[in-house]
Amino acid sequence: MTTSINYNEKIPNNVNLSEDRALRRALEHWQPNYLNWWKEMGPDGTGNYDVYLRTAISVDPKGWANYDYVKMPSYRWGIFLSPPEQDRKIHFGDHKGEDAWQTVPGEHRANLRRIIVTQGDTEPASVEQQRHLGHTAPSLYDLRNIFQINVEEGRHLWAMVYLLHKYFGRDGREEGEALLERRSGEEDNPRILQAFNEKTPDWLAFFMFTYFTDRDGKFQLCALAESGFDPLSRTTRFMLTEEAHHMFIGESGVSRILQRTCQVMNQLKTDDPHTLRENGVIDLDTVQRYLNFHYSVTIDLFGADESSNAAIFYSSGLKGRFEESKQDDDHRLREDWYGVLEVRAGKLVEREVPKLNALNEVLRDNFIADSIRGVKRWNRVMEKAGIPFRLELPHKAFNRKIGSLAGVRISPTGKVITEATWNAEIDNWLPSVSDRAFVANLMGRVAEPGQFANWIAPPAFGVNGQPANFQYVRFD
Amino acid sequence: MQESYQVDYQTDPSKYQHWRIAIEAPIAYLSADVNENAGLRPGYKLKLNSYDLGVDIELNDALNRIRFEHPEVRTVIITSAKDRVFCSGANIFMLGSSSHAWKVNFCKFTNETRNGIEDSSANSGLKFIAAINGVCAGGGYELALACDEIILIDDRSSAVSLPEVPLLGVLPGTGGLTRLTDKRRVRHDLADIFCTTAEGIRGQKAKDWRLVDDIAKPAVFDARVRDRALELSELSDRPANARPVLLKPVEREETGNEIRYQHVSVEIDRKARTASFTISMPTEATAANLEDFEEAGAHWYPLRLAQELDDAILWMRTNELEMGVWLINTRGDIESVLSMDRILLENQDHWFVRETIGYLRRVFGRLDVSSRSLFAIIDEGSCFAGSFFELALTCDRSYHLSLPGEDSAPNIALSEINFGALSMLTGESRLVRRFYGHSNTLDLLKEKVGRAIDADSAYELGLVTINPDELDWEDEIRIAIEERVSMSPDALTGMESNLRFNGQETMLTRIFGRLTAWQNWIFQRPNATGESGSLKVYGSGEKAKFDWDRV
Repeated sequence: MTTSINYNEKIPNNVNLSEDRALRRALEHWQPNYLNWWKEMGPDGTGNYDVYLRTAISVDPKGWANYDYVKMPSYRWGIFLSPPEQDRKIHFGDHKGEDAWQTVPGEHRANLRRIIVTQGDTEPASVEQQRHLGHTAPSLYDLRNIFQINVEEGRHLWAMVYLLHKYFGRDGREEGEALLERRSGEEDNPRILQAFNEKTPDWLAFFMFTYFTDRDGKFQLCALAESGFDPLSRTTRFMLTEEAHHMFIGESGVSRILQRTCQVMNQLKTDDPHTLRENGVIDLDTVQRYLNFHYSVTIDLFGADESSNAAIFYSSGLKGRFEESKQDDDHRLREDWYGVLEVRAGKLVEREVPKLNALNEVLRDNFIADSIRGVKRWNRVMEKAGIPFRLELPHKAFNRKIGSLAGVRISPTGKVITEATWNAEIDNWLPSVSDRAFVANLMGRVAEPGQFANWIAPPAFGVNGQPANFQYVRFD
Repeated sequence: MQESYQVDYQTDPSKYQHWRIAIEAPIAYLSADVNENAGLRPGYKLKLNSYDLGVDIELNDALNRIRFEHPEVRTVIITSAKDRVFCSGANIFMLGSSSHAWKVNFCKFTNETRNGIEDSSANSGLKFIAAINGVCAGGGYELALACDEIILIDDRSSAVSLPEVPLLGVLPGTGGLTRLTDKRRVRHDLADIFCTTAEGIRGQKAKDWRLVDDIAKPAVFDARVRDRALELSELSDRPANARPVLLKPVEREETGNEIRYQHVSVEIDRKARTASFTISMPTEATAANLEDFEEAGAHWYPLRLAQELDDAILWMRTNELEMGVWLINTRGDIESVLSMDRILLENQDHWFVRETIGYLRRVFGRLDVSSRSLFAIIDEGSCFAGSFFELALTCDRSYHLSLPGEDSAPNIALSEINFGALSMLTGESRLVRRFYGHSNTLDLLKEKVGRAIDADSAYELGLVTINPDELDWEDEIRIAIEERVSMSPDALTGMESNLRFNGQETMLTRIFGRLTAWQNWIFQRPNATGESGSLKVYGSGEKAKFDWDRV
């Protein structure tokens, strides 16, 4: 073991890494495996690219916004926790009012570990899902953005591994290794959550994924930021700043696609999907079908509508609600009820269940409310262009695979339908094979600074005040 | 409460809600696909392939179908048809909302079914593989433990676990702890970690700790399981081309206080709190088909007897809790029974006869563990010979009417079948149990095989408890019954089990003994079932409140 490494230089951190022998031992073993994973499963063929990336080197506002050209394998993945809150108390569940835990309470070890591992597993998974997209980036600006997301997902993995290494002993080290060993979509060795084993085959899917699925990440992180386990709370709070940026890329990416399509629609004075496709832009119906797919797959990630785990996580003080402290109730929820959907006698009806058991549904509904706001902003693009088409979120019960709505067929407008109707309509509701083939055919790398693929408009602003024609990536 | 709800143990594959059987000779796939909305009683959903009594009734039926209707099957693969879930054990919300009696009866039946799996493996050439293709917790792992081998999918998430202690504050109820040590020989300190780790153990570590026999990646899992099943089937002598015996449903008539089958009837005396079982040996005309068992098939008398008696015991155990004393009567001709036994034993290597003897063995075994006082009534017209005398041997007491010199004096008789083929869970015959293996006595009894023994001789030989004459007979029995039903049913259950299982211990007797002693005690304690007990609050998000005294 070398002792001459300057840890603060190599691994920017605010957790006093150079003084923490146990943590150093764990990370020294893990870090080479992480780099191997990055080389094997990170963005394909990019080891020599110089990418204009932001690196966090401290937690103050200036510190997490350092821009420079970096080769990604040399990216300084750091470990940052939001600054501690003096005398922080647990503010929900059975332990409400007690001091927040600075170490793992043995009683909650298994559940905490499970929460951290499940969250941690999504981080490398999305990098794996996106690893080939660099070959078809519509511009250098977009290429740089996907790489920024990738390195930050990598850092989020570090953040979770830090918790496992620091607080969970040998078990935690084993789980840290396992996070590098699972592979998205690999039958023998899949990632834990199914949405993270799906392909992200094209850039429309990528933008939808970052808008919807990273937003699931935001809500999960927000709920964990409330945790009574203080290190988890602090580390997820810092992750949220980066997550917000990912969602921005998703939202603006879809907006730019819409903008370009509207432009061509107005030029050609047509809304015929066939004509639009022939002119190399993505018709709005296809965008809607992609939206339907990513939205429905993502809301499944919140879990079963009635869940004893959700109740236990909350009561134990491990995972709170979105903006827990702003909720106007007793923060114990013993007496409260909440409506979940089910199909009864061929109709969707709401059924009241104990709110503690419905906390997945509560978080899902928070997510839905938040998602609607972005869709409104997308619709403003059409409004501005004078095009009557509006995107809509499908019904919450549409295309669900988890919970009481799994196995029933519901239309995007929330009607209970037969299997036959479903099969007849599915290509109008979800991306068909030919939709995906069409979008895949549009994809191709545009590598000239300031140039953009035909199907997407340039962004309104560049990164870090740079112009749109900045050389965001150098391919040496 | 559920006491008003009658449970029927009869079913058939066309009615299954929870299991699928697929035959690919010599393999049978038995796949759990539990319908979460088809619980036996309202109030819970059978999520994640969790089970209740209804699910286990189907499993029991499915096993019997494979035994009799598919002689070509040599290895049974127990697996799940659900994605990433094998079986998450007994449904906790069902347990939380059930009475103590319901839970005990449920546990007893599930244990008997799992023991039956091991019985078939040991005695009739059916081998079992648990193909764990997803989450496997609690009773799910215990079902796997009852199989000959366990293969776990190595997908980095599927684990085996016994989370009863850390999550529920109780113990595994179907032999989990005992099979972990006695059968799989997991080191006790590793077992300690395993049984307190709610999330369980997966992959290579599960294999290293002997919790499973093998692990396999998802892509090769099915093939590995199949290959191993084919290897195991090489060890079996079940025939490839035999004529299957398609089980007939038992015909049961219930009329208030009477349950009537073709060869078995039960009369209930609610005031006296007794139930009189009468088991009849058919007249010669029916007995003629005994020789031609292959032709008789599902109609073969010994098989029908096993089916009917099995159903009667299960019905009475579940649906008639207050009938504390069961009186066992027989009707028929001793010689007919002895000739039936002869046919059974002469043909015991024939797969069908072997399965039938196995069925009878397990049915008699149910009596041994039934929490009822059992009295045999050996009176005029009875035929306690051989396999029928085995019924008297299961009883806590036997009353043999003494009528010296009279033609109608009831006799008993022994047959070879009393010396091992119908052994108890202890692995011993009931005669060995009765005489503590005393070889002189057993030798003497062997000499009596096939001979009629009257009440006084039976009493002298120690084969019956008491031999009242006709003047004492009625009062003797009446008083004994009245006295018996007045005592504490709990104390009686404990005492009877103690005395019945007096011989050598086996893994199975330890399972039942520990279930009774520890599990039932823990199930009753406020730490489990009090208002804030762990079982009561499970899933509500509330935390159990324990009394921290170690008792």
